[in-house]
Amino acid sequence: MNLVPFLISGVSIGGQYALIAVGYTLVYGILRLINFAHSDVFMVAGLVMVYMTTSLPMQYALPIVVVATVALGFIIERVAYKPLRTAPRMSLMISAIGVSYLIQNLAYYLTGGLAKPVTNLIPWISDTITIFGQVTKRVTVITPILTVLIVIGLVALIKNTKIGLGMRAAARDFEAAQLMGIKINGVISFTFIVGSFLASIGAMLYFTNFPSVAIGSGGMPGLNAFVAAVFGGIGSIPGAVVGAFIIGICQELIKGLGASAFSDAFTFVLLIIILCVKPTGLFGEKTIDKV
Amino acid sequence: MKKVLAIVLALAMVFCFAACGNKESGKEENLVIKVGVFEPQTGDNGAGGKQEILGVDYAHSLYPTVDLGGKTYQIELVKVDNRTSAENGPSAAAELVNQGVAVVVGSYGSGVSMAGGTVFKEAGVAAIGTSCTNPQVTSGCETYFRVCFTDPFQGPALAAYAYDTLGVKVAYSLGMNGSDYDLGLMHYFKEAYEKLGGKVVEEYFPEGTSNFVSYVNNAKAAGAGVIMAPVSINYAQLIVDAAAAQGFEGTLLGSDTWDNNQVAKSAVGKKVDVVVTTFYQEGGDPNFDKGMKAFINSSSDNLANNGGNDQVAAVTVMGYDAYMAAYEAIKKAGAPDAASILKAMPSCSFEGVSGHIEYDEIGDAKRDVAYIKSANTTTGDWDFVKIQQVK
Repeated sequence: MNLVPFLISGVSIGGQYALIAVGYTLVYGILRLINFAHSDVFMVAGLVMVYMTTSLPMQYALPIVVVATVALGFIIERVAYKPLRTAPRMSLMISAIGVSYLIQNLAYYLTGGLAKPVTNLIPWISDTITIFGQVTKRVTVITPILTVLIVIGLVALIKNTKIGLGMRAAARDFEAAQLMGIKINGVISFTFIVGSFLASIGAMLYFTNFPSVAIGSGGMPGLNAFVAAVFGGIGSIPGAVVGAFIIGICQELIKGLGASAFSDAFTFVLLIIILCVKPTGLFGEKTIDKV
Repeated sequence: MKKVLAIVLALAMVFCFAACGNKESGKEENLVIKVGVFEPQTGDNGAGGKQEILGVDYAHSLYPTVDLGGKTYQIELVKVDNRTSAENGPSAAAELVNQGVAVVVGSYGSGVSMAGGTVFKEAGVAAIGTSCTNPQVTSGCETYFRVCFTDPFQGPALAAYAYDTLGVKVAYSLGMNGSDYDLGLMHYFKEAYEKLGGKVVEEYFPEGTSNFVSYVNNAKAAGAGVIMAPVSINYAQLIVDAAAAQGFEGTLLGSDTWDNNQVAKSAVGKKVDVVVTTFYQEGGDPNFDKGMKAFINSSSDNLANNGGNDQVAAVTVMGYDAYMAAYEAIKKAGAPDAASILKAMPSCSFEGVSGHIEYDEIGDAKRDVAYIKSANTTTGDWDFVKIQQVK
């Protein structure tokens, strides 16, 4: 049994999950909010890509995808989450679910409820190449490399810049960070901008690999990425990335071993096991609730 | 100020009701027969449903009235969106029944037709299936009829093409978990293919899958010469793309669902061989094609609903023929009520665009040919290959 092609596609899909998972984990780290709308932001990035690449040249279309996705993430935070800053966390969560459905229904209205095929694929990365004797798209090879580079860049940004310091402080202790003069709204907005930026890159890679965007296209990748974030320890960036790669590779290997019907079920079995054995995830820190 | 506003609003409402009343009383003077259109307009099969509605609309534009007992009845189309999935079928069907339709055409997709069928059966309304090919649609429901061929015919047709014409000994068959249509056709394909002496490897994917790379790799690993995937249009496009990207060298064998412009377009510029079985080949009736194309081109909405060009899809023809079947039944019944139409249904026979239509004892149109088409990877059109019969 030759498992090489399954490994290759697993690493690639893992990279795409990782880019979404980082968005979940960053927001959770600071707001303690599971941003249910994140997978829909990912889907919208795909839709914008479909519409832009068919009407504009590539060099304009792709930056617009990034800008539009980032703007959407920023607006969601300002409109749906910021007014609820002092409200109980449950309100915030319900607001997130509301935003998720709002986006899906808007997309439903705009697309007429039909899946949109990506007809103008991004050139070069959608070319077919041969690697380890396997034919595949170039994007399959580029995704994991790009993901790792972006995440290293992100970690460096959080470690070394002033806004990164602000993010770390807010993640450690929200109220104390405010008392220390950190402009908390700016920091949170920045977090959403980074998360949406990664989602837009992830969407471009994902929908180049699987060129069709449906209303529910964000659902499964989003869910897998969320499980990856929990698996790696929600709040931890390296954890989310490692978790995403593990889930991506395992899912594809399971398909390769002939149990394809169980590949999604596996994700959730893994989630249950990790929650039972190590509730904080692989890299998660143990939180101590102070009175 | 507030009082004035309240009075104005109250008056506005009174006028509203008055206006409604006028309209309704005006309508009663016209004689109307309602024909329900039970089709998906959203979801996985939305694109196919919209193409069938085009056929129904075109037929309705040609035959908008019917003469019964010296009176001219207007035929009114009542369209509901059954949203592709079986769980929405009953409520969409009930909406049609509540609107008082006399006969129903549709649907694209077998699962949703079966689900809606129980409602039509209880209401005693005849339903005419357009392209729902699973045998249980009609066998499990006395009031369901059908103008297309069925999977016990289509499965062997696909198997014969793969085994005899392509000379392939191992086939990989892929469908969506929980889809009546996919699983049914896979079953009949496997049965026929193994009878011929071939071997079938079957796999299923969960709803909402977009990553078909590993499934294609499994087909390669199994040494399959064809991938037979009776799936929705959206998945078909993704499978075409994945097969091209993974360098699958065999043939992608699609069923009637694949006969859609978007699937053919997704193969443009790729090294893939896509072959489908379907109900009709453009050119089969040049007059019909001409009128249909003019109708599609007459509005940008129609053009968009047909997938962007004016190629006539087989499902559009089935939509047309299903409307004609309903029309013939109304004429034969000689009365505008659902019960008379249902009674007249089984003995109807007429020349449809897709061939002569008459029903057997369970309500299926008698069919013995399927058209084989292949996707042209340069133009993005469907090319005619051959007429497939089953021994």
